[in-house]
Amino acid sequence: MIRMKEKLQAFIENAGWPRIIIGLFLLSLFIAAPMVGVRLDASLSDTLVRVGMNGVLVLAMVPMIQSGCGLNFGLPLGIIAGLLGAVTSIQIGIQGSIGFLIAMVIAVPLAVVFGWMYGQLLNRVKGDEMMIATYVGFSSVALMCMAWLLLPYTSPTMIWGYGGSGLRTTISVEGFWFSALSKHLNIRIGEFFYLPIGMYIFFALMIFLVWGFFRTKTGTAVTAVGSNPEFARASGINVDKMRTISVILSTVLGAIGILVYEQSFGFVQLYMGPFYMAFPAVAAILLGGASVNKASMVNVVVGTFLFQGILTMTPSVINSVMQTDMSEVIRIIVSNGMILYALTRKVMVKR
Amino acid sequence: MADKNKGSMSLKNILANNAVPIIFIGLSAIAIPISGFSANYLIQEMLTRLARNSFLVLSLLIPILAGMGLNFGMVLGAMAGQIGLIFVTDWAVTGVYGMMLAGLIGTPIAIVLGYICGAVLNRAKGREMVTSYILGFFINGVYQLIVLYTMGRLIPISNPQLVLSRGYGIRNAINLTGVRHVLDNLIPLKIFNNIDVPVATFILIGFFCILIIWFRKTKLGQDMRALGQDMKVAEEAGIPVERTRIIAILISTILACYGQIIFLQNIGTMNTYNSHEQAGMFAIAAILIGGASVSRATITNVFVGVVLFHLMFVVSPMAGKELIGQAQLGEYFRVFVSYGIIALALVLHAWRRMRAKAEARRSLRGEE
Repeated sequence: MIRMKEKLQAFIENAGWPRIIIGLFLLSLFIAAPMVGVRLDASLSDTLVRVGMNGVLVLAMVPMIQSGCGLNFGLPLGIIAGLLGAVTSIQIGIQGSIGFLIAMVIAVPLAVVFGWMYGQLLNRVKGDEMMIATYVGFSSVALMCMAWLLLPYTSPTMIWGYGGSGLRTTISVEGFWFSALSKHLNIRIGEFFYLPIGMYIFFALMIFLVWGFFRTKTGTAVTAVGSNPEFARASGINVDKMRTISVILSTVLGAIGILVYEQSFGFVQLYMGPFYMAFPAVAAILLGGASVNKASMVNVVVGTFLFQGILTMTPSVINSVMQTDMSEVIRIIVSNGMILYALTRKVMVKR
Repeated sequence: MADKNKGSMSLKNILANNAVPIIFIGLSAIAIPISGFSANYLIQEMLTRLARNSFLVLSLLIPILAGMGLNFGMVLGAMAGQIGLIFVTDWAVTGVYGMMLAGLIGTPIAIVLGYICGAVLNRAKGREMVTSYILGFFINGVYQLIVLYTMGRLIPISNPQLVLSRGYGIRNAINLTGVRHVLDNLIPLKIFNNIDVPVATFILIGFFCILIIWFRKTKLGQDMRALGQDMKVAEEAGIPVERTRIIAILISTILACYGQIIFLQNIGTMNTYNSHEQAGMFAIAAILIGGASVSRATITNVFVGVVLFHLMFVVSPMAGKELIGQAQLGEYFRVFVSYGIIALALVLHAWRRMRAKAEARRSLRGEE
């Protein structure tokens, strides 16, 4: 009995109170769902689709956390590279999976360039990365707002009908590469349960690649830089180079992540669309058990599931119980509370 | 030789320290003629906006003095002020008394929130800015929970015009007819060409400027300055670090609460769920444009910043429209500048700090 208690205590200490509370909250939502007339299979399916959609964006947090650059609030920069790939691919007009591939081929080099510049900047502001990353993300989104108006895209599905120029705020990818990944191998059980295996295979592949990267020599060096930069420097690792690599990797994953998101969602959101996209991803990985300077693949998967689970379940269940839509408020409190918890934990990065 | 070097350095320093305001004066000098606004209109706008925004921006000074950087948590104070205004509007207390009552209701809320903010920031030393920023979002969630779900149910609101049609929760936009312009028009004054001058507001702002100058000279103010220079040294000198930091944030939050009330009495309508979010961003962009940095800010920075930021605010959509034919472009430019300037200021600050650190290391090694 005492052993049990000790074990439980160790588990609680490991997982942290907020995570347990949110986990239990999600569990109770799933249990309560059938009682208030919400279909369990439909909600589970919704949750899983959203996990696949957002997974890569959450994964984009890992490299920068591991290299000690902190939480990547500058994710919009990678997203912008992805958006440029998306609109260019639509402009070219090739449909289906090839179109999606083209979008990626365009987005990734752009993300590498953006990420390199972003990395150079972050190397000069060590210790203040997170706040600066936030504002780099914001200002790049605002800069792109001007660019979306001025860039010479001509495809009639994308530009404003009346002005004859300037991209629309929301562009449908229907007819181009809508569900380019999701349509492959999807499983349908009954009327409500649907699982896009194609998207999951892609997500798994990405996780595997990142996991593999952190087992190579370079990947180990990146982790070393994150754990103890002084020690890493002493053992001959080029700290700035490793940090730059991690930032580039994060930015590239952000670009790929938004494309995966869009092919499932069906729309490309320009202008202020990417503005707050970093926050759910940051909250998700923290919810999964990552700290400001340590993150693993398990954190990504668990965190995305918990976070997206709450996003999916609260509107349907809470609404049925209380007849009000509190989901937005719950989302704000949970995600920012989680980030706040991570930032104020006593175990902190040494500066 | 060394002296000469020093001389050119200081000139360079002056230029470097004031680079941001100089750039903005240049930008405005180009944009004003293009926009085609009359001088009369611009002066009126600037006076109005100076009265409207200065107080909010003033609230940022104390935490900078205490070395806690830009207090993104000032939105907490803004929320407290808005809660005060909601009640005042509900009870239909009008005029200057309404404003004072709103401040009176807001103060205890601001004290509680400021204390929370200070306590949280004490757990996140070295990354106060990002933490206060996220805290702003978090408390915004709590604010929405209270205003949207408990007001009209647990917290009685009698005026049906304030409450959403479903029976509880405050409407998105509140008409502040009772307190609109009450402070601005308290002492009416018109100068040449019918320009209104909100004298009473300026008197209040001036009074608080003097208060801040006085405060800096008190024991507490000196403690804060010491803290801002070096927390370790200050602690060893016997200054209660955590307590002093909490007080700095507390003052900032309370001032932001009053600032938001002054801001909203001028605007006349309150955007229940958005007004406070913009307050923080605009105030911080303004003080930075005025030439302040994360670690150093003066009262001059506040006023120069408010004028320059809002000059651009007024002029840029029109200039964008005249130049390219799209007002939207000018609007986006404005957004870009507000965020870009904050990013730039943060980068410059971090850069300078890193260089200072590297130099200190070099001098320790005995080079140079």
